[in-house]
Amino acid sequence: MCLGVPGKVLAIDGLNATVDFFGVKKELRLDIVDEPVKVGDYVLNHVGFAIRRIPPEEVKETLALFDQILEITGAKEDLMAADVRGEIAAGKDKP
Amino acid sequence: MARDLFAELKFRDPARARALAEAIRRNVAAIGRPVSVMHVCGSHEQAIARFGLRAVLPEGLQLIMGPGCPVCVTDGPEVDEAVALAAQGVRVCTYGDMLRLPGTARSLADAKADGGKVEVVYSVSQAVELAEKHPGDEVVFLGSGFETTAVATAAIALAPAPRNFSILSVHKYVPAAMEVVASIETTNIEGYIAAGHAAIITGFGIFEPFAARTGCPVVVAGFEPLDILAAIAKLTELMRDERPEVFNAYPRCVSREGNLPAQQTLWKVFRPVTGKWRGIAEVKDGNLDLRPEWAAIDARRRFAIDTAAVRDADAEEEAKGCICGSIMLGLAVPTDCPLYQRTCVPDSPVGACMVSSEGQCRIWHTYGGTPDLRRVGT
Repeated sequence: MCLGVPGKVLAIDGLNATVDFFGVKKELRLDIVDEPVKVGDYVLNHVGFAIRRIPPEEVKETLALFDQILEITGAKEDLMAADVRGEIAAGKDKP
Repeated sequence: MARDLFAELKFRDPARARALAEAIRRNVAAIGRPVSVMHVCGSHEQAIARFGLRAVLPEGLQLIMGPGCPVCVTDGPEVDEAVALAAQGVRVCTYGDMLRLPGTARSLADAKADGGKVEVVYSVSQAVELAEKHPGDEVVFLGSGFETTAVATAAIALAPAPRNFSILSVHKYVPAAMEVVASIETTNIEGYIAAGHAAIITGFGIFEPFAARTGCPVVVAGFEPLDILAAIAKLTELMRDERPEVFNAYPRCVSREGNLPAQQTLWKVFRPVTGKWRGIAEVKDGNLDLRPEWAAIDARRRFAIDTAAVRDADAEEEAKGCICGSIMLGLAVPTDCPLYQRTCVPDSPVGACMVSSEGQCRIWHTYGGTPDLRRVGT
């Protein structure tokens, strides 16, 4: 019951919205969403209520955050390089 | 389609996942001793078990689930109240994972089998629809869940509702769950991953006094595999640097102040009160009760609920060998329990952690029973 699911708003009628969740259409209520929602927005659904409009720019910000965490710890470059080296090395063993 | 957004944005990108795992390994190595961190959310445990994330963590890091299942901590006598109402002929509506939750003697599933009007709903708004459809019945919504779910119940309380509709609240409050663990003198938890969806409502600022007081950093995390790995990477970094700060690793959903209109709705309807959590103890400010001004729709005030006929005063889960209490406090894992997957299975659960899809025993059972893949084949 605690599962939060993101979906895309297809239509709005007052405090009710029709939202697409990975191909499943469902009615959601907009009583407690944090900011105004329009058709095409992504919202987070929790037990039939939108609890958050997910701004697309902030989704990208999260990815930037992952990379930032990696850069701080200095793990990214050499590990990805190690992956590539590993794959090249594995390829050499093939007949 | 929503799928496009997430496919495009690579929240499951293997290269990033490997790099984050490496960052975690380095942080833990720099700490130089075994450490334990805790999350307090069933949805986090689902993601961790489903994607086998423990398999990529270093041996020196224990990732432990705490009291993060609001259904599991709902106490037997609270279930008894709903069972008693059903026995009185009241139509009781609730979320699916509450159905098999044992009361002191019986569950709502038992009450339904005996002919009680018990209905599973996906949303509290469906309970209101049922009240409209059955004007001759009293309809009670048994509201469970943390503040993320309580806010939906609160929104319904504020909206016009049919006269035959009322609410039986067993809602719980997340910050109290972390306080419970931190207050155990012997706890070895040194950092916390906070539940992202509850924090959407309350904001991450709410954890700052906790971090300052306990000296444990708190990182708010989302639910994709990379969200969780990034949160653990940041948490172990803060632990390494001995910085008891709060960090928001879920900025696409969580802000410092949270969802203010939702908070207003929540606190207009509910107030935190101290109450017993199943298998744990009295938890200060752990339960969300309807405020007195909502007496008209509070089932506890509308009905004289007499649980005597459905109660087993001697019920003691521990007597049956169930260790749910220790599991919920992070002191044991499901595989430590002699009943786990033997006499205790989802179809006939002994303890609450096997009942709810948010319970750790149920989650480990669902994902093969061995979510810590480091142990496979050893």
